[in-house]
Amino acid sequence: MIRIITYLSTFLVFAFGSAYADPKKVGFIYIGPPGDHGWTYMHDVGRKYMESQLGDSITTTYLENIPENADAVRAIRKLADSGHDLIFTTSFNYMDQTHEVAKDFPDIKFEHATGYIQADNVATYSARFYEGRMIEGHIAGHMTETNTIGYIASFPIPEVVRGINAFYLAASKVNPDIKMKIIWVFTWYDPGKEADAANTLINQGADIIVQHTDTYAPCQAAQKAGVYAFGQASNQEEFCPDAHLTSIEDIWGPYYAERAKAVVDGTWSSGDTWDGMDKGMVVMSPYNTKLMPASLIQEAVNMEVGIKDGTIHPFTGPIYNQAGELVVPEGEVAPDGMLLGMNFYVQGIDGEVPQ
Amino acid sequence: MNLDLILGILQIVLIATTPLVFAGIGELVTEKSGVLNLGVEGMMLVGAVSAFIILVITGSYFLAFFVSILSGIIMSGLFAFLVLFLMSNQIATGLALTIFGIGLSSMLGKQYIGTPIDGLSPWFFVIFSFLIVFLVSYFFYKTKAGLILRAVGESHNSAHALGYSVIKIRFLSILFGGSMCALAGSYISICYAPMWQEGMTAGRGWIALALVVFATWKPERVLIGAYIFGGVTILQMNLQALGLRFPGQFFSMAPYVATILVLVLISSNKLRIKLSAPASLTIPFYKGR
Repeated sequence: MIRIITYLSTFLVFAFGSAYADPKKVGFIYIGPPGDHGWTYMHDVGRKYMESQLGDSITTTYLENIPENADAVRAIRKLADSGHDLIFTTSFNYMDQTHEVAKDFPDIKFEHATGYIQADNVATYSARFYEGRMIEGHIAGHMTETNTIGYIASFPIPEVVRGINAFYLAASKVNPDIKMKIIWVFTWYDPGKEADAANTLINQGADIIVQHTDTYAPCQAAQKAGVYAFGQASNQEEFCPDAHLTSIEDIWGPYYAERAKAVVDGTWSSGDTWDGMDKGMVVMSPYNTKLMPASLIQEAVNMEVGIKDGTIHPFTGPIYNQAGELVVPEGEVAPDGMLLGMNFYVQGIDGEVPQ
Repeated sequence: MNLDLILGILQIVLIATTPLVFAGIGELVTEKSGVLNLGVEGMMLVGAVSAFIILVITGSYFLAFFVSILSGIIMSGLFAFLVLFLMSNQIATGLALTIFGIGLSSMLGKQYIGTPIDGLSPWFFVIFSFLIVFLVSYFFYKTKAGLILRAVGESHNSAHALGYSVIKIRFLSILFGGSMCALAGSYISICYAPMWQEGMTAGRGWIALALVVFATWKPERVLIGAYIFGGVTILQMNLQALGLRFPGQFFSMAPYVATILVLVLISSNKLRIKLSAPASLTIPFYKGR
């Protein structure tokens, strides 16, 4: 009897299952929890947007809190083994792990966020967050009274260094006396440590806190201390309304939907995507009208327009490195290759990039 | 270096180190009675999330901390039941408790992520953390009950032969450890970084465990060890912010390296580890043998 039921149910599953086209399985590897209201949160917003756009033609899964070590290989392999067609690995240091698994699964498509190495089945994608950093730097140059900016950096990778440089170049343009204090915390996610770093910077005289880590702890610390802060990855105004000037928001949804659609249609091909404000991948949160003068907000908006139409580039020469060597000549802009591998501070920033 | 700067650094160190002191002293009492509970991280997380949820629902800080400590008692009570009555392996059970705590706290806190709350000033707890270390020290070395607790940890058979209830004393010690861990967790989610985020204790439970060994099971040394750890962490941030050219990675790992070094030094001397570690640590007690 049991055997008959088993056969029958197997038959039914196949009969009805084949009536529909198989939905494509799309998997995500997250570095943090989707609730961090920062980096991972925005990837999850993108995932949900993709679901809403593609409906029944895809199903999605995600694995959260995957460390950037050998565990990532297991996590990615787990998704690959369980029949996923498209896998997004959403942190820079998943690079080697993504390629390691991708080699074993040539039919599965991989997309590695913020990476720079592609393969036949591994595409890379990132957003030009540094465009937003430029606007933050411009605002900070005007808003600071102590001429001291506190910057909480995570890991010394080009993505983060580029942000620091873009910020400083814009800030020092409006305010040549500006000083940057940078703390590398060597974590993306540790609310306690991020708050410690923010408080340390404030204690050393910073009146604007910039972060390249994932939680809103620094912004909260700024709110408590009565200084300003920029949020990270998503709009964090509700957590620190009296400190939050703006945030750089990462908008992944349209890209995710486009890539998943390509897999459904069978048109996916590898490549490198690096979009910015012009494509809507980088968006500034609403500027805080309570804290910023209207003229400054107008300047920021104008800057956005300039970046979008290509008349403004955050890395326009002349740019010197710390040794005083000209790296970008006057009138030229830094090529993408230099930006992607950026591992040096520009002239005017103290300290050195940890190697 | 002016005075304000130094006072500021001191404040940050005090705020950052307090959760380590709470969790460390709680675990120390548990271990002194002869039980190793590796569930510190899990109990901290459950403590953190329950305090946060209660604060969001009721708005009462008192209730938040009360329920949080209750959650620590429940979590450690579960552990105590398993290891004391069902004789399960302490190390495996403790690890399971941590894994359970991580999962449970994520599940409970799902809908509370990103709920803004008003943080509470940490200073009461900072002072309380010092007080509790000295109370525990006084209890251990100046009271009869403390002596009995230590005796249970050293030789449970002798203590049993003298008519002391080994199980009861260990049960209470475990519960104390659990409530302190939960307090550490709720301090993190209410005072230190007022928010709920999954896994927000970020490994502090494991550091607390290492601190107990670092302190060679002496209460005041838990305090010292915690402040060395917290001090080095904050100091390296200050050096970085001052723009000194030095390898930042080295200083980020310095506190961990220091802990490992001390652990190596302590355990390389067999006699010393024998003298300081509770002799019955991790050994289950079977009544009637």
